[in-house]
Amino acid sequence: MATMTTKSGKSFSPGAIVWKVLEYFILIFFSLVAVIPVVTCAMMAFKTKDEYMSKSAMSLPENWLNFDNFIEAFQKADMGHAFINSVIVLICVLIVSVIIGTQLAYVLDRFKFPGNGLIRSLFLIASLLPAVAMQVTVFNIMSALNFVNHLYGYIIMSCGTDVISVYIFIQFMENISQSLDESAIVDGASYWTIYWKIILPLLKPAIVTACILKGVGIYNEYYAAQLYLQKKEIRTMAISLYTFVGPMGSQYNLICAGVIISLLPALIVFILCQKQIYSGITAGAVKG
Amino acid sequence: MATAVNTVKEKEPFNFIKWAKSRKGQKVLICLAFTIIPLLLLFTFTYLPFGKMVQFSFYKMKYTTPVDRRQFVGWQNYIDVFSRDDCFGALKLSLYYIVGALVQLALALFLATMLSFKVKGGNLFKGLIFFPYLISGIAIGLIFKFFYTRGYVLDTILQWCGFKLDNLPYWLKDQSVNNWALVATSVWRYLGQTMVLFIGAIMSVDAELYEAAELDGANKLQQFRHIILPSIKTIITLNVILSITGSLSAFEPPFVITNGGAGTGTYFVIMNRIAHTSQKVGLASAMAVVLLIIILVCAGLQQLFFKYVFRDAESEEESYKAKKARMKAEKAAKKAMAKGGI
Repeated sequence: MATMTTKSGKSFSPGAIVWKVLEYFILIFFSLVAVIPVVTCAMMAFKTKDEYMSKSAMSLPENWLNFDNFIEAFQKADMGHAFINSVIVLICVLIVSVIIGTQLAYVLDRFKFPGNGLIRSLFLIASLLPAVAMQVTVFNIMSALNFVNHLYGYIIMSCGTDVISVYIFIQFMENISQSLDESAIVDGASYWTIYWKIILPLLKPAIVTACILKGVGIYNEYYAAQLYLQKKEIRTMAISLYTFVGPMGSQYNLICAGVIISLLPALIVFILCQKQIYSGITAGAVKG
Repeated sequence: MATAVNTVKEKEPFNFIKWAKSRKGQKVLICLAFTIIPLLLLFTFTYLPFGKMVQFSFYKMKYTTPVDRRQFVGWQNYIDVFSRDDCFGALKLSLYYIVGALVQLALALFLATMLSFKVKGGNLFKGLIFFPYLISGIAIGLIFKFFYTRGYVLDTILQWCGFKLDNLPYWLKDQSVNNWALVATSVWRYLGQTMVLFIGAIMSVDAELYEAAELDGANKLQQFRHIILPSIKTIITLNVILSITGSLSAFEPPFVITNGGAGTGTYFVIMNRIAHTSQKVGLASAMAVVLLIIILVCAGLQQLFFKYVFRDAESEEESYKAKKARMKAEKAAKKAMAKGGI
């Protein structure tokens, strides 16, 4: 069989070359499939009304600096307000869930007490129950607590039950040597000091991973949000897009502009923190 | 609380401050303090609703019905779930989503294998395919409403490929294709996430194995079959089972894109409508309970499956390793004997 030699001195058979070409063809194909729906949406966002009525959906916009749609969408859906609400929800939920999550993980990993296994199973079983089904009766409880249509109610509800980050914390904590705890105990430190001064700082990478994963999830959450945040002033970013579902049924240039605005924060986070996102996904998945 | 009782017996009268300062006391207090809030939240938003759900499923009621006006109907709601054609029949739609999920797993495994070997621009491909996972469900819905609309993105692309617009179906209205169109959006969204997960699993395989296989002249297909597949089969099986339960609870694509119209209403879309639009809370609760039972049974079967199937596989592997070790030892012994000249 004829072989080709490259600079590096490795030899390739024709079969290997065909395979390489095919490989790139497949990868490019799937990347295009992933990208085209979003890119066409972005192109649409720059088009004027006449342009989109008269030309094909796949044509490039005439003016890439036409930001009118973005401005109009931003104002019509009151996205400035919605963004502030999203940020408030995000910060509160992340702070609370990191604190209670790391505390729970600390106790579950470092102490043997009756009920330790039970608590773990309770959280695991809870993760099996689909959120949509649970909302049938969570709605009842939220109304009874007077949490509906209040931002704080939605925040408190979102702080609960998050097995994946607790699991990430426990996994990370297992690798922090117990001898650190023990020497601190010899020095007379209380358990609170050990948690606060030793464990929490060492958990930083796990906290960053968990925060990014949970943060994206909260920013994108819309089902519970549309149930519990019906007033316009307390809408979050994800449900501000609902403005476009009803009355603006077919003004796709506006809708697309709204969509692009809403996914920009996720895009920025993704570009900055790819590694943490990937490691979070891999860590969260091994739980079974 | 056994520790608390013991300290009380030793020192009478009980001095709480002294106890709280002792190691044992501190331990009990920190365990209580650190678990009480998460447990309270878990109870309020998961197990209490779960209990209420079981209770409500025996009543005919609305959210606004006062407690004393609720009408006890026994098993009627459950009978309705199975006899009304809009409820249980909707579960059939899950089959579309199961097929989609399996296709997604296969594609993800294929792409992950390719990206695990050295590929130029691998990170870029990985990033592009992964990004849809970070878009919110409602934004995805709007993107694909636009994508599938008559004469827009998909139709234009297909026209470029030589199809005539007149021969193309209405992707979201035509009942022969609209469920597939919705399933495709879900595959589009989760493909990258599954792929990243598989890449992680493949990367955790010892790199020396690949090098050794390459030295032995194994091609990529052989490497895939004999190294990659066996070492990540646990995570694949887990994902197959998860995709079945996930498909039973398929909700987002039809909820956002078609609102369950034109025969796309999955079980949860119907349940959501019955609960929050028609306010038949009892019936919706019964629907939820039925599906939760199915899901918990699946989870239980999964546990059993892992206990029996993989325990055998592991012991087999163990014996293989043991065999190898024994053969090595024998060889070494023979060598030693030969050297010794006995």
